[in-house]
Amino acid sequence: MGEFEVHRVRFFGLVPAGVRCLAYQPRGGRLALARTDGAVEVYNFAANYFQEKVIPGHEARSVEALCWVTGDRLFGAGLGGEISEYDLSRLCVACSVDGGGGPIWSMAANSSGTQLAIGCEDGSVKLFQVVPGGIQFERNLDRRKGRILCLSWHPSDTHIAAGSIDILRVFDVRSGQTVQRVMVNYHVHKVKRECIVWSIAFLSSGTVVTSDSFGRVQFWDWERGTLLESHTVSTSSVLSLAVSEEEDSIVVGTSTGATYQFQLLPVKMGSLEKRWVRTKPFQHHTHDVRAVAHSSTALISGGLDAQLVIRPLMEKMQKKGYEAALRKFTFPHRRLVSCARKARLLLFQFSQHLELWRLGSTDETGKDGEVLPLCRMPEHLVQLKSKGPEHIYCSCVSPCGSWLAYSTASRFHLYRVRYEGDSISVKKVPKVPKLLLPAYQLQFSADSDHLFVASARGSVHVLQLLEPGGCKHLHSYRPTAECPEAVYLLAVSSDGHWLAAASGDWAIHIYNLKCFKHHCTVPTYDCAVTALAIHPITNNLVIAYSDQQLFEFSIPEKQYTAWSRTVQNQGLHKVWLERDSPITHITFNPKNPSHILLHDIYMFCVLDKSLPLPDNSALLMNQSTLKQLPETARQRQLHAFKICKKFQPLLFADLLDENCLVMVERPIMDFKTQLPLPIQQKKFGT
Amino acid sequence: MAALCDSFTLCGLGPSGGVGLGGGLLALEPGPDPDHVLLTDRGRTATLFKVSDQKPLGCWSVKHGQIITCPVVCNFETREYIAVHDDKVLRIWKNTDINLDKVFKATLSSDVYRIHSLPYGGPIVLFKGGGVRTLDVLLEAPQQEIENIISDEVIKWSEAFMDGQQPVLIFTTEKGGDFFVYVQKLKMNNLHKYKLEQLELLKPLSFTAYIKNQIITLLCLYSNDSVYKVLIPLQQNSEEEEQILPKSQLLKLSVSGSVLKGTSFVVLDKDHIAVLGSLAAPGEESKECLTIWNTKFQTLQTLKELPLATSGQLWCYEEKFFFTHGKVLTVITYKCETSSLAAAVGKQKDSQTPDVSSFVNWNTLADEELVVSLQSQQSVVLKSESKMTLRSKRNSIAKVQPDTLSVGQILLNIKDTSTTVFEEELRQLISKARMPDFQASIGCVITALINRCKTNPKYYPRNFLLHIVQTQDLSYSLCPDLMAVALEKKDVHLLQICLQRFPDIPEEITYACLKVFLSISEAYLQRIDVNLESVICYIDIEFNNKEVKTEIVENGFNAELEQENIRNTEITKETHLTADCSFCPVGPQKAALLNAVLHSAYNEVFLLPHLKNLPAQQAVLFLRYLYYLYVKSSEKINTALPGIRSPTVSQIMDWMCLLLDAHFTVMVMLPEAKELLSNLHKFVRAQVRFYSELNKIEGSLRELQRLNHQKDSQTYSIEVLELI
Repeated sequence: MGEFEVHRVRFFGLVPAGVRCLAYQPRGGRLALARTDGAVEVYNFAANYFQEKVIPGHEARSVEALCWVTGDRLFGAGLGGEISEYDLSRLCVACSVDGGGGPIWSMAANSSGTQLAIGCEDGSVKLFQVVPGGIQFERNLDRRKGRILCLSWHPSDTHIAAGSIDILRVFDVRSGQTVQRVMVNYHVHKVKRECIVWSIAFLSSGTVVTSDSFGRVQFWDWERGTLLESHTVSTSSVLSLAVSEEEDSIVVGTSTGATYQFQLLPVKMGSLEKRWVRTKPFQHHTHDVRAVAHSSTALISGGLDAQLVIRPLMEKMQKKGYEAALRKFTFPHRRLVSCARKARLLLFQFSQHLELWRLGSTDETGKDGEVLPLCRMPEHLVQLKSKGPEHIYCSCVSPCGSWLAYSTASRFHLYRVRYEGDSISVKKVPKVPKLLLPAYQLQFSADSDHLFVASARGSVHVLQLLEPGGCKHLHSYRPTAECPEAVYLLAVSSDGHWLAAASGDWAIHIYNLKCFKHHCTVPTYDCAVTALAIHPITNNLVIAYSDQQLFEFSIPEKQYTAWSRTVQNQGLHKVWLERDSPITHITFNPKNPSHILLHDIYMFCVLDKSLPLPDNSALLMNQSTLKQLPETARQRQLHAFKICKKFQPLLFADLLDENCLVMVERPIMDFKTQLPLPIQQKKFGT
Repeated sequence: MAALCDSFTLCGLGPSGGVGLGGGLLALEPGPDPDHVLLTDRGRTATLFKVSDQKPLGCWSVKHGQIITCPVVCNFETREYIAVHDDKVLRIWKNTDINLDKVFKATLSSDVYRIHSLPYGGPIVLFKGGGVRTLDVLLEAPQQEIENIISDEVIKWSEAFMDGQQPVLIFTTEKGGDFFVYVQKLKMNNLHKYKLEQLELLKPLSFTAYIKNQIITLLCLYSNDSVYKVLIPLQQNSEEEEQILPKSQLLKLSVSGSVLKGTSFVVLDKDHIAVLGSLAAPGEESKECLTIWNTKFQTLQTLKELPLATSGQLWCYEEKFFFTHGKVLTVITYKCETSSLAAAVGKQKDSQTPDVSSFVNWNTLADEELVVSLQSQQSVVLKSESKMTLRSKRNSIAKVQPDTLSVGQILLNIKDTSTTVFEEELRQLISKARMPDFQASIGCVITALINRCKTNPKYYPRNFLLHIVQTQDLSYSLCPDLMAVALEKKDVHLLQICLQRFPDIPEEITYACLKVFLSISEAYLQRIDVNLESVICYIDIEFNNKEVKTEIVENGFNAELEQENIRNTEITKETHLTADCSFCPVGPQKAALLNAVLHSAYNEVFLLPHLKNLPAQQAVLFLRYLYYLYVKSSEKINTALPGIRSPTVSQIMDWMCLLLDAHFTVMVMLPEAKELLSNLHKFVRAQVRFYSELNKIEGSLRELQRLNHQKDSQTYSIEVLELI
C-alpha cells in the first residue's frame, strides 16, 4: 500500500495522576473515579468501560471520597473541607457546601440515599441531609479526638462504624452516641507505632471489617467489641477495602500494589458454618492501591500508578471469553494532543499548561523499519501556563499553527502565534466573546478562519477569527430538541460546509455551516461515541463507537453509506471487536480517498475501504505475515484492516501529509520513573 | 532408575500374623477394585483394605475351630469373594454378607491347594493332587472326582496367567530334590510336565513368573543367592515326555562382598526385580532389607533396610510393595524407569551427531526376545522351523547363533561360497527392507564375517565392513570383535568410523585406538583415505612444510621445534603463542583420527588405567596436539572449533587433564615435555587472568549496555513504516 515516514514522538511528558478513590454504582453500571489531582471520571461499564465523563481537577479541590446517592447523584468530599455535588451533564461542580469540620477524610451515604455522613480531621462525624439540588447540614455525632479516616453505614442505616487511629467506633445514628469503641492494636503487645484504620465496612450481620496499617484485615463483633478473625495479608498497610453487595466477598488493596480477595466460604462442604478465607491474590499494580471497588462480577482497583484495573471474577462469568478478560486503563479515552498539519506543530495538553512543539525533519529516505538521520531536531516552541487553580478542559491548535485556544472551567483563552524566523511571539486575543463555559472541545476549521467551541446543553458556538488577532461570535448552534448534555466531540468538514457534534447523550447532530441551520441527526446508536471525522472529499461522517463498531454516514444523503451497510451486514472481525481501548482519533488521507486512518492506545490502523473485509477465519493483524510473502501471493491475503502495533501506548496519531505520519507515544516506563518510589520489596535473587 | 518412595502402614497384625516361626500372612490378593487388597491371615480372618486410605472396608471370619486354608480371592466378574476353609469347604459370598456361616457353601471331594482369580478368565481351582478345574465347572458338580496327577509330588508354588483368551496355570512341584514344572492350558485341557535342570545341591527357594509373547518366563531364586531364568514356550504341542528345562543365570544377588539371602521376590518390569531378604556381609550381622535390582546391568538399584524383621513374604500390586515389617503390614510405593548404562555410568557421547540414531537395544540379542520375534515371524508359515530354532537354542544357550531362514542360510554360505558371491548376497540382504531385529541379524553377519577373518588371516572385506558400519546403526556390543580385528589390521579409517558411530566402545578399545593412531607413521597415513571433515576447517596445512612436519611428528621431538620454543620464550607472550601454534604437531589425517578419539564416550575411571600405559613419547605428542587444539579454540571468541565433529573445548580440556593425570610423573621427568608443560601453564594462567579481568569489567559492560538501551528509547526519531 505504501510507505510512511513516521515521526515517532516520545517527548509528551504526560504523567497521569494516581487513582485516589472509586465509587461503583451497581444500578447504572457506572464507576466514578477520583484522581489525586482532583479530577473525577465516570466509566460506563455497559459502554465497554468507556471513560464517558471527565471533570478536570482543581488545585484546591482534592477528592478523598466519592459516593453515589440515589443512583445518579455523585458527591465528592476532600481535604478542602467541602462537600461537592457534581453536575454530570455539564461536567462541573454543581454546588458545594463547607463541611465545617476541617479537612474531610471520608464520606458515606446511607442505603436509602437520604443522608451523607462525613468524617473530619477534627474527629467529628457529621450528618448531612440530601435534598433536591444539594445537601443540608443535619447534626453532629458524638465527637472524640482523632481524625475519622473511614466510615461505613450499617445496611439498616441505624449505626455508623468509623475508623480512626488505633481505634474504631460505632455510633448510634438515632442518639448520636458512641455505642462501642474498640482498640484495634490491643492484641499487639509492645507496639509503639500507631495503628491506622485505613478502611472500614459494616456488614448487615453486625460484623465490622477493618483494614489497617499493620497489614491486617480484621473482623469484629461490634456489639461485644471482640475480634472474630484476623488475617495478616501484608507487611505494609492495607489501604482500601470493599464488600460485594451480597456480602460474601471482600476485596482489599495494599500499599505493595497487591490486591486480595476474601470470600465467605463454608468450613466444610455443605456445612452451614462459614468463615472468611483469603482466596485470590493479584498483583496488577506497582504502587499503593488506594482504592478498590467490588462490582457483582469483578474486582476493581485503582492505584497511585494511575492504573484502573478491572478484574472479572471467573466464577461469576457465564462463559469464558471476552467479557472475562482483565481490563487495565492508564491513559484517558480522549485526546490530549492536537496537531497543526501544515505547520507541523504539536500541541500537548497537560493538567495546567500547554506545550507547543515543532517537529523535526529529515531529507533522507529509507526502507521499512529504518531510522532516518535527522537534519533538524524537534523544537520546544512555547509553554503556556494556565493561570489559576483550575485545570484545562480542552485545547487546540489551528492547522496553520497561528492560533491556539484552550478552556478551563471558567475561562476561555485564544492566542495568536507568530513565527518570525527563529523567534516566536504569542499574543493573547483580547475581549473574547462571553460564552457559556466551560468549553468541552475546541476545533478550528481547515482554513483556520473559524473556531468551533463545544459547549453545554448540546450547543456549539462558532467564532470567526480575525486578523491580526481578534475574533467575534458568529453563531450558536443548538439541537432541535432540548438536550441537557454537553457536546464532547466535534468534527468539521474540510470544505467548511458541515459540522458534526456528539453530545453526552450519544446523539450526533449535523449542522450546515453555510446556511447556519441544523441539517440532520445521525440515527441513534446505543453506545458512546469515541471519535468522529468528516471525509474531506466525500463528506461522509465516520463514527467510532465504544463497542468498536464503525459507521460511515453520508451527510449530503443523510443516510448510512453502502460500505457502512456492508460492514454491518458482514460484521467486523472478532479480534477487532474484542479490543479493549476505544478509537480516539480518526483522520483521512486526501490522496487516497478510500483510506480511513484510526488509532487506539495499542494500534494504528489504515482501513482501506476498497479491499474486502476480513472474516473471522482470517488473521486480522496480518502485516508481518504479508511482509514475508512474495508480491504475487500478497494479493489474495490483503484485507481492509492494515494494523500496525509497533507504536505503544499510542496517545495520538495523525497524517501530516500524503505519506508522513506523526505518532505520539508515552512509554509506560517513562512515566513510571516519575512516580514516587513504591515500597521497596525484597525480590528473589536481588 | 528405580527408587523406593514413601512407606506407610496398612494395618497392624495380630499375634499370628506377625513375624516369627509359622507367622506371616496366608496371602495378599488384589481386591475387586483398584487400590483394594484382600488380606488373608493364617487363622480364620480375611480383610478387605482400601490401600490409599489405609482403611479396612470389610472383614470376614470363619467359625471357631475352622481355619482358612486357601487365600481369599475375588471373582472380578461377579465381584464375589471365594475362600476355602478346612481344605475342602468352599465358601462364596458378596460384599454385603456379614456372617460366613450363612453364605454359599460347597464341600469338595479333594483338598484345594489354591484358587487363582484372573480378571477376564474367572477363578481357577488347583487341587493338591494337581487337578485343575475352573470354578464354574466345579460348581456344577462339587463332589466330582478330581484326578491325582502328581502322585507323591508336593506343590510348591502356582500362578495363573491369561494367554490371549485362555487361562494358563503353572505350578511347580518337588519330589526328592527334583523339581518339576507343570503348565496347564485350561481351554485346551492339555498339561505339560517339565523337569527343571538340576544344579548339584542347589534348591529353588522361591518362584515367580510372567508371560510375554506366549512365553512364560519362570524366575527361580536358588539357594546359592542367584536368580535363574527358565523359558517355557506355550506353543509346544509335541507330546514329549518330561522335557528338561534349561536355565540361565539372570542375576547374582551380591553387592561388594555382601550377599543377599533372598526369601521372596517379584518381577517389576522387564529389567527390574525386587527381592526381600537378608543382606549378610562377612563378619557382620545380617540385616533384612528390600532391594530392587536391575537385571539388565546386574546392578543393585536401591535398598531399604528393615530393622524390625519381616516374615519373608513380599507382594506387589499397582506399583506398591506389601510386606510384614515387625507387627505391621507395610506398604512402600516405588518408581521404576528404564535406564541406559551410558546414562547411568560415565560420560555420554556428545549428541551432536544426529545421523547416529538412538542406542541399539542391547537386549535384541538376548535369547528369549530373538526367539520370540523369530517365532512371531515364522509361526504362521513354519511351525516346525520355529521348533527347530527352539531346540537349537536349547542346545547352546550361551552362544547364540540366530539362524533365521535368510540370515542363517547366508551364514552357512560364509564357509562355502567365494568371497565375491558371498558379499553380493550380503549386500542384497542389507538393501532389503528392514525387518524386525534387522540390526541383530546384521550384528550376527558381522560376527560371522569377523570369524571368517580370524580363521583366514588373508581375508579382510574392508570396504564391505566400512559400508555396513557407515550405513547401519550398529554398536560395539553388537559386533565386539569388529574393532579388535580392525585394530589388528590397523584399519584406521574403519576405526575412525566406529569411534564416531558406536555409542558404547569400552575404554580399553578407545585406548587401543588412540595408541594405534599415535604410533602409526604419517607417511603411511598419507596413503590412506581418512575422513578429514573434523579438521579441514581449522588446521593449517602448509604443503611446502609437510615433509619437515612429518619428520617432527615421527620423532615426537625435533631440534627445530626445540629451537623455536627457546626462541619463543624470549619474545613476548602473544607472538609466542601465535608462533608456537601456527602449525599442528600432527598431520591432518592423524589429527582427524585423534579427533575421533576425543569425541568418543568414556569414563575417566576406566580410561585412566589404560592411559597410563601410553608410551611417554606418544603421550607428549598427544598432549602437544591437545595444546594446539586448545590454543586454536581459544583464538576465536566463541571457543568452538569450526567444522563437523570437531572437538569441543570441554572435550579437549577433559582429555588434557586425563592425560596429565595419567602421565604426570613421566612428564615432569621428560626434558622435551618440560617446555610444553611450561607453555601450557603459561597459557592457562594467561587465560585465567584474562577471564578474571573480563569478570571485572562485566559490570561496566552491563552499564554500557543499559546506557545503550536508554539511548534506544530516545524521545524523537523519524522512522519508515510500510503498511501492505
